[in-house]
Amino acid sequence: MEKIIEILHLSKTFGTHEVLKDINFSVDKGEVVCIIGSSGSGKSTLLRCINLLEKPSGGKIIYKGKNMLEGNHDIYAYRTKLGMVFQQFNLFNNHNVLNNCTVGQIKVLKRSKEEAEKVAMKYLQVVGMEQYINAKPKQLSGGQKQRVAIARALSMEPDVMLFDEPTSSLDPELVEEVLKVMQKLAQTGLTMLIVTHEMEFAKEVSDRVVFMDKGVIEEEGTPEQIFNNPVKERTREFLRRTLK
Amino acid sequence: MSFEQIIRITLKYWPMFLRGAGMTLLISITGTIIGFFIGLLVGVIRSVPIPESGVKKLILKCINAFLNAYVEVFRGTPMIVQATVIYYGSAQALGLDMDKLTAAFLIVSINTGAYMAEIVRGGIVSIDKGQFEAAHAVGMNHMQTMVNVILPQVIRNILPATGNEFVINIKDTSVLNVISVTELFFQTKSIVGNNYKYFETFFIASVIYFVMTFTVTRILRYLERKIDGPENFTVIGNPVQI
Ligand SMILES: Nc1ncnc2c1ncn2[C@@H]1O[C@H](COP(=O)(O)OP(=O)(O)OP(=O)(O)O)[C@@H](O)[C@H]1O
Ligand SMILES: [Mg+2]
Repeated sequence: MEKIIEILHLSKTFGTHEVLKDINFSVDKGEVVCIIGSSGSGKSTLLRCINLLEKPSGGKIIYKGKNMLEGNHDIYAYRTKLGMVFQQFNLFNNHNVLNNCTVGQIKVLKRSKEEAEKVAMKYLQVVGMEQYINAKPKQLSGGQKQRVAIARALSMEPDVMLFDEPTSSLDPELVEEVLKVMQKLAQTGLTMLIVTHEMEFAKEVSDRVVFMDKGVIEEEGTPEQIFNNPVKERTREFLRRTLK
Repeated sequence: MSFEQIIRITLKYWPMFLRGAGMTLLISITGTIIGFFIGLLVGVIRSVPIPESGVKKLILKCINAFLNAYVEVFRGTPMIVQATVIYYGSAQALGLDMDKLTAAFLIVSINTGAYMAEIVRGGIVSIDKGQFEAAHAVGMNHMQTMVNVILPQVIRNILPATGNEFVINIKDTSVLNVISVTELFFQTKSIVGNNYKYFETFFIASVIYFVMTFTVTRILRYLERKIDGPENFTVIGNPVQI
């Protein structure tokens, strides 16, 4: 299996607070990995470290055989290879739906406007938002915004998609439309790393589930292993609490 | 004093009033526009994240210190004093023979720039952190993030404050009469020197000032609405279920 991203001994401290401790894991091409864990366990910080929105305190992030934390790598080019979807959508407020999906392609990837629009339309169709290309973000519902955010990230044609609790700030009735889109993407063979509190979803889509607790990876395995036969006491306790 | 007097003065001196008003508008428009760009530039430079070490850090820190000093000094002293110091000072200390109009543009521009720099800084700070992060996440560097995502939102948000600066400039260019710039206040004073009708003449000037500021305010409101675009958007075709 080709590893897209490999993380070795990654650590992150804020002041004296050790938020990530010796994290080791990797994501294979085409794999869907879900990260679960209680609030404050460092899931978001891990994702943010992976695309260098947060500067890790130590360890290695290996992408295409190169450690991104060493030497002078073009971190901007690296980030285009990782599509990020945020809990708070973060659509560009000054751009309409279409331009949200094209501005990165045009300015960063230097694609022509025509090509960028073609690519954007392709992914807006995937998320079912192609009819809203003229809308501004503030005119959309949360679920629609998140679907556009997914299309924006896909339009950069990244190697891996990172999702940080994409449905956590949505009204319950809007969660489904976003999860459906993600499910569809998972089936297309896209590599995805998803932080989520949606346990049913994680059980269904993931090839592998990672359970994080207090800044460490406590346990990882197939969804069957983690949800049906967890080995660690902390995993069992977490699942008991969240699945009720 | 009477209404007739006002009419008579207006009829007799209208070319002087007009030239004065024109000069006032010219200086305040130029000063506001140049000041706006100075403010944007200063605001953007001050928003550049400071590297953790190296020569770049030192250079950036020096630039920032200089820019902070500029903002503080020009916000902290009256424009009438700045005008006098710059105009007479440049002649005395540097032997520069600046013409009055150049001095006027310079003073109003850098004065406005200092205020605009703070307004822009506030505008940048008020933009949600998520906007920066989303831009970085698609691979934009600081400059691309600023130009394509942050500044368009900042400019929209600071438009009312910019309009306010413009209105202030229309009124405050009157202090430039200390260096004999022939703006509206200076012209009015000259007219009074001839006719000694203080109330009537300055009443006319005040009406002209008000018409100018009021018009500018309306135009800027219109501009704001224009930038905001339509309230609604059109859905293309029929929405489908995903
Ligand atoms: N910029 C920061 N400065 C200081 N501490 C931070 C910062 N960002 C996160 N932390 C701390 O790091 C810890 C992990 O935060 P993180 O957001 O990664 O948790 P999480 O697992 O994503 O939680 P949640 O499920 O609530 O999103 C928390 O204790 C948080 O307070
Ligand atoms: Mg989080």
